[in-house]
Amino acid sequence: MLSDNLDAPLKTPSAGVFVWPRFSGWMLLALLIAALVLVPVAVTFSSFSHIEGDTLAHLTEFVLPGLIANTLWLVLGVGIGVSVLGVSLAWLVAMCEFPGRRLFNWALLLPLALPAYVTAFVAIGLLDFTGPLQTALREAFGPITLPEIRSRGGVILVMSLALYPYVYLIAKNAFSTQGAIALEAAQSLGLSRTQGFFRVALPMARPWIAAGLMLALMETLADFGTMAIFNYDTFTTAIYKAWYSLFSLPAAAQLASILILFVLVAVVFEQRSRAKMRYGAVGRSAASRRIKLSPAMAALALLYASTVLAIAFIIPVTQLALWARDVMADDLDSRYWAFAWHSLLLAGMGALIVVGVSLLLAYSGRQRPSKTMIWTQRLATIGYAFPGAVLAVGLFIPVAWLDNWLIDTGRDWFGFEGHEVLKGTLLVMLLAYLVRFLAVGFGPIESGLHRITRNVDEAARNLGTGAAGLLTRVHLPMLRASLFTAAAFAFVDIMKEMPITLMTRPFGWDTLAVRVFEMTSEGEWERAALPSLAIVIAGIIPIILLTWRGAHSQNQPHG
Amino acid sequence: MKPTQLLTAFALCATALPVLAEEVVVYSARNEQLIKPLFDAYTRDTGVQIKFITDKEGPLMARLKAEGRNTPADVLLTVDAGNLWQASEEELLRPIRSKILTANVPAHLRDPGNEWFGLSVRARTLIYNTSKVKPADLSTYEDLANPKWKGRLCLRTSKKVYNQSLVAMMVTEYGEDKTEDMVRGWVNNLATSPFPDDTKAMEAVAAGQCDVTLVNTYYYGRLMEKNPSLPLGIFWPNQNLKNKAAGVHVNISGAGVTRNAKNPAGAQKLIEWLSSDKAQNLFADANLEYPVNPKIAPDKTVAAWGEFKQNLINVKEAGSLQVQAVKLMDRAGYK
Repeated sequence: MLSDNLDAPLKTPSAGVFVWPRFSGWMLLALLIAALVLVPVAVTFSSFSHIEGDTLAHLTEFVLPGLIANTLWLVLGVGIGVSVLGVSLAWLVAMCEFPGRRLFNWALLLPLALPAYVTAFVAIGLLDFTGPLQTALREAFGPITLPEIRSRGGVILVMSLALYPYVYLIAKNAFSTQGAIALEAAQSLGLSRTQGFFRVALPMARPWIAAGLMLALMETLADFGTMAIFNYDTFTTAIYKAWYSLFSLPAAAQLASILILFVLVAVVFEQRSRAKMRYGAVGRSAASRRIKLSPAMAALALLYASTVLAIAFIIPVTQLALWARDVMADDLDSRYWAFAWHSLLLAGMGALIVVGVSLLLAYSGRQRPSKTMIWTQRLATIGYAFPGAVLAVGLFIPVAWLDNWLIDTGRDWFGFEGHEVLKGTLLVMLLAYLVRFLAVGFGPIESGLHRITRNVDEAARNLGTGAAGLLTRVHLPMLRASLFTAAAFAFVDIMKEMPITLMTRPFGWDTLAVRVFEMTSEGEWERAALPSLAIVIAGIIPIILLTWRGAHSQNQPHG
Repeated sequence: MKPTQLLTAFALCATALPVLAEEVVVYSARNEQLIKPLFDAYTRDTGVQIKFITDKEGPLMARLKAEGRNTPADVLLTVDAGNLWQASEEELLRPIRSKILTANVPAHLRDPGNEWFGLSVRARTLIYNTSKVKPADLSTYEDLANPKWKGRLCLRTSKKVYNQSLVAMMVTEYGEDKTEDMVRGWVNNLATSPFPDDTKAMEAVAAGQCDVTLVNTYYYGRLMEKNPSLPLGIFWPNQNLKNKAAGVHVNISGAGVTRNAKNPAGAQKLIEWLSSDKAQNLFADANLEYPVNPKIAPDKTVAAWGEFKQNLINVKEAGSLQVQAVKLMDRAGYK
């Protein structure tokens, strides 16, 4: 029984000393989860058994230098972009009072429901030379030159606007429980509010900001759609090029392996910065102690939040709605109910599984903290940084292999005559989503768990609460906000997911994202607006639930 | 029940599953809205049920390969000859002997080894701004490298297979070095960085950002249908050349029977039917492409663009030379 280990003493090994892991139930569980994720990764790495010298030499000479620079700039730019947007908006909404705050509280999450490539396509459509803005300016003032949107700056801007909600939501949860305490402490030390923010509240929130940042950056690294629209070369676009254009899946897999090494380096840095921090201090909600902004500042806050919301969500969605209206008569038919139902069902089931397994994984770490455990957890969440199509193949190959074995065995022993056992089932699909999206569930839950101090556990134990009771009566209620965040992230990500859905769906199981693929595969972006809009509308459901829950537990501690 | 009895019962159930109606399973990289009407028509005609799944070519081929002998797929349907060539290289297709297909599909639009057959033709041609360029100024793809086009050319990204196939065709005539020089000339003439799709490139030409671009004709058809007032004209290049690069570059969408097909006869019948006069217009017109079968007239809109000479190099070269083409475009700095 896993829970038998709950009462064992908790020890953190001292830094620098390798402690051989004790293979407790928790450790085994974590290893099992990681193994699941590492199978497709291992399939990818196994490509190194077959080196295509020509292709790699060519890529190294003509492609790699540019794309390494591009990738680094992108990570740096998007990292700064999502941090600045996410943290500032989270602080405003969690800690300050200004008109519209309650609306922005949830509305600022909406861009999450919008696939980044849609924002990209709309941004280029509106701002490029041929777009309405530049056309109108040319007609009014003659030839003009505006900064080029199809540029490094443009990609960074679009990705930041699309991905800041990851940082925003996790940081907001942190600020709304810690922010007030941080500020009070700062003020008691004679610091101004600004100093209090930068010197106390921000450092205290760092692990949570880092968790959101990691999600945003992993998604950036794995993104293909947006980069293709901007024709911006990154590792992921090079991976697709090696595969589709140079016909070398091995070279593609090798590039993907290098990408994963990059991510692991980033993980080491993040882990180092975290290891130095102590967590704890759950305070009361900040609701009663929000900073009252001066009218001028309140107006600025309102303007800032509205501008971000308008650019990141309202304008793109309006454009989508206009396009969708044009094609609705031809394209909207009764099949859309089935597409939407499949999307919702898969996203719902997938989110449940992701949250459940993330909780187990994060909880293992709390029960058995060790270096091995941390690395096991980190490896288990690596699937999010993998380009989706490569991961899909990495998943499909072992499943097909197992299937072939089962079919042959079935034929020899039982006269079985089918050609599919596992593949073409929802089970494989959901497993694939888990491998891909474990990170988006794990990030919020793990950072939420960190916020529950050991004192709470001890207090509960002293009051005679058993292991199971500790989880269900103490931890889970305190983790509610984190669990909902994790579920919402996983839900909208699965709704938007394309390559895994395409590759593993059973016959006839088309989803809204599959519709988007069908339309965009021949460049019919306007027609893709209809399913895209449906994804946005369906993706809003969990965000509304999240808000609704927030409104009903205003005074309960957030996770 | 004893275990052995149970096993026998299970085995009997498994083997006794009746095949209700004949079924053909298709893996398709051509999208659903373009193929579904055809499959429905086929089922109405013949009673044969068609099960299909869509995805990109790369994943579909990876899937076929991983599934091996237990693949459910009978037919692989893709766009671009390069992909079909690749499927054949990976031994995912099987040769078929079909008098119908050799009669309906011109020799340069099918595999010499009979593993795949073109079903529709896509022409990649020049589109120019009618208020800034006279058709007489245009001549060939090669001429777009001439410095007279400096700052006047727009191109789609070299990552798109259509451009890779076009450059591959140039390699067959001019060799790698000369073709690389030509591509470098194109790059030097660019008015702005390459676009992600043909439509955006044409919109730039219409807005005056550049004067000429290279697109597949159906994108032109689609754009002009939506906005007939755009100052865009179509030009058929390479009509007067006498070398191998003569004629408009064409590519295909096409199909082959998978190596491990469970119903190869049904698969072949389906592909034959798709090449027949019953299906050709339905296949090509849905996307404003050209029927592969020369006996069938194209859609009215398409026919109005005029007749042209096709390039006659076998489209499989698009595949066999694609890697060279991509590499030389990288060297030439064509993003």
